[in-house]
Amino acid sequence: MAVTAQPALDAYRVRADFPIFEQTIHGKPLAFLDSAASSQKPRQMLEAMVRFYETSYANVHRGVYELAERATAGLENARERVATLLNAPAAREVVFVRNATEGINLVAYAWGLSNLGPGDVVVATELEHHSNFVPWQYVARRTGADFRVLPLDDSGELRLDALDALVGGGRVKVVAAGIVSNALGTVNPIETLARWAHEHGAIVVADAAQAAPHRTLDVQALGCDFLALSGHKMCGPSGIGVLWGRAELLEAMEPFLTGGHMIRSVGLERTTWGELPHKFEAGTAPMAEAVGLAAAIDYLEAIGFDAIERHEHELTAYALGRLSELPWVTTFGPPLERRAGIVSFDVDGVHPHDVAQVLDFEGVAIRAGHHCCQPLMRRLGVTATNRASFYVYTVREEIDRLVEGLYRVRKAFS
Amino acid sequence: MTTGEFDQLYRELILDHYKNPRNHGLLDPADARAEGQNPLCGDEIAVTVRLGAGDVIEEVGFEGRGCAISQAATSMLSDLVKGRTAGEVALMPKEELLNELGIPLTPVRLKCAILGLGVLKLALHKAKGTPLPEEWGTAAKDLVLD
Repeated sequence: MAVTAQPALDAYRVRADFPIFEQTIHGKPLAFLDSAASSQKPRQMLEAMVRFYETSYANVHRGVYELAERATAGLENARERVATLLNAPAAREVVFVRNATEGINLVAYAWGLSNLGPGDVVVATELEHHSNFVPWQYVARRTGADFRVLPLDDSGELRLDALDALVGGGRVKVVAAGIVSNALGTVNPIETLARWAHEHGAIVVADAAQAAPHRTLDVQALGCDFLALSGHKMCGPSGIGVLWGRAELLEAMEPFLTGGHMIRSVGLERTTWGELPHKFEAGTAPMAEAVGLAAAIDYLEAIGFDAIERHEHELTAYALGRLSELPWVTTFGPPLERRAGIVSFDVDGVHPHDVAQVLDFEGVAIRAGHHCCQPLMRRLGVTATNRASFYVYTVREEIDRLVEGLYRVRKAFS
Repeated sequence: MTTGEFDQLYRELILDHYKNPRNHGLLDPADARAEGQNPLCGDEIAVTVRLGAGDVIEEVGFEGRGCAISQAATSMLSDLVKGRTAGEVALMPKEELLNELGIPLTPVRLKCAILGLGVLKLALHKAKGTPLPEEWGTAAKDLVLD
């Protein structure tokens, strides 16, 4: 990616592209601080999908008529677009799935069931979203492999010093780790993990759901073997995600879902599989969603990922500063240098559900709960946290309104 | 925030039960006990019950961590069920507790409000074999094994 200085992101201008902000919530302008759960959608992406449905829609592949060719071009162009975004060596390594969760399940089933067994070790981190934790725990149990968890330090960073102790006489086969933590914003040292994993002959499965919307990703530089992301968190539509995998691994794998489109030929007794990526794309593809995802990537790249990262870094610094003014608020997570645009916090004596409810009355949307990270919550000694997260359209006033709202929370429940 | 919206949900009685929960603390010994979680938000409630002649509920004690709605609802419930039989409570419709709460609840907050009632029904089921709500379906079987 270009390292030339991108112009600073003008969040007010970006915001004007998002129709959702044209309304009021409980009579207040919307302050949306829950982009880590899902992002809002720019008009450019929505229009691309509508245009596709209105002018180019038919089922893809095999059709020999003009519309089918246009639809196929839309889908395959999106694949190329994703391959460029991730600096993938080839577009056929890009598999469209429903979301990151499905992508990781694809690897856990199609690779895990054939490659794991007793004596093998599967490592996930204590920081993982359930999406990159539960599939591995489950497949390890099914295959008799050992499931082991890389612990965290008190600020929510991976304890790389504990890696070697996890081997414990077994063969490490999988290391599953998120690039950015959805609950704390921790940016994990995936390159270091990948080096360690490869020294032990393991594959690395990177959950990029929380990284892809916010930073430049390069699968070759990261050194991972599989990487999964969700379109809906990066200005794209819901219902589409991506699994990238190294071609030689994907080629050696059994299919995950079987049925139409993923075959080479079907006989009464036996079926042979299609080429990559089709082997892993049974059934009608999410065509319009792929077109939407490509438009979302265009949109984000026009802003520039360096500018996005800088913008979110500034907002995070501002939010941490403002929250530190409140002695009855505790923030969780790593220092600013190793943190993406996510701030998890606790309001002394008030359950996150009540915090989020009172903030909602103010038009401020944050997430309250365990963020699909129950092992992490247990490590932090809480059942739930409040989480504010930032994106391209986030402005400082929204953080000010969060802080104002927290004063009201405090007043109501003390 | 318009005061109206806040006061509707967190009316004085709810905040009072939240800040000064009735029947707080687990009974030991107890004739029935169970604990439960709301998996969506991690609310936790443990309920203990002492039963008298004819399985009439004499005392209830509960502890929990959770939002104002879940804790206040359990506190109100603990007063409400005293003097009733285990069989009556097993069949108690959730609407009775919701009426007592008297606040408008979204589907998400509804789960908070009825967590304590679910845990109480589970405790009675484990101790006395009273029926579990049909809508729990086969999931109820897992709950009882804990």
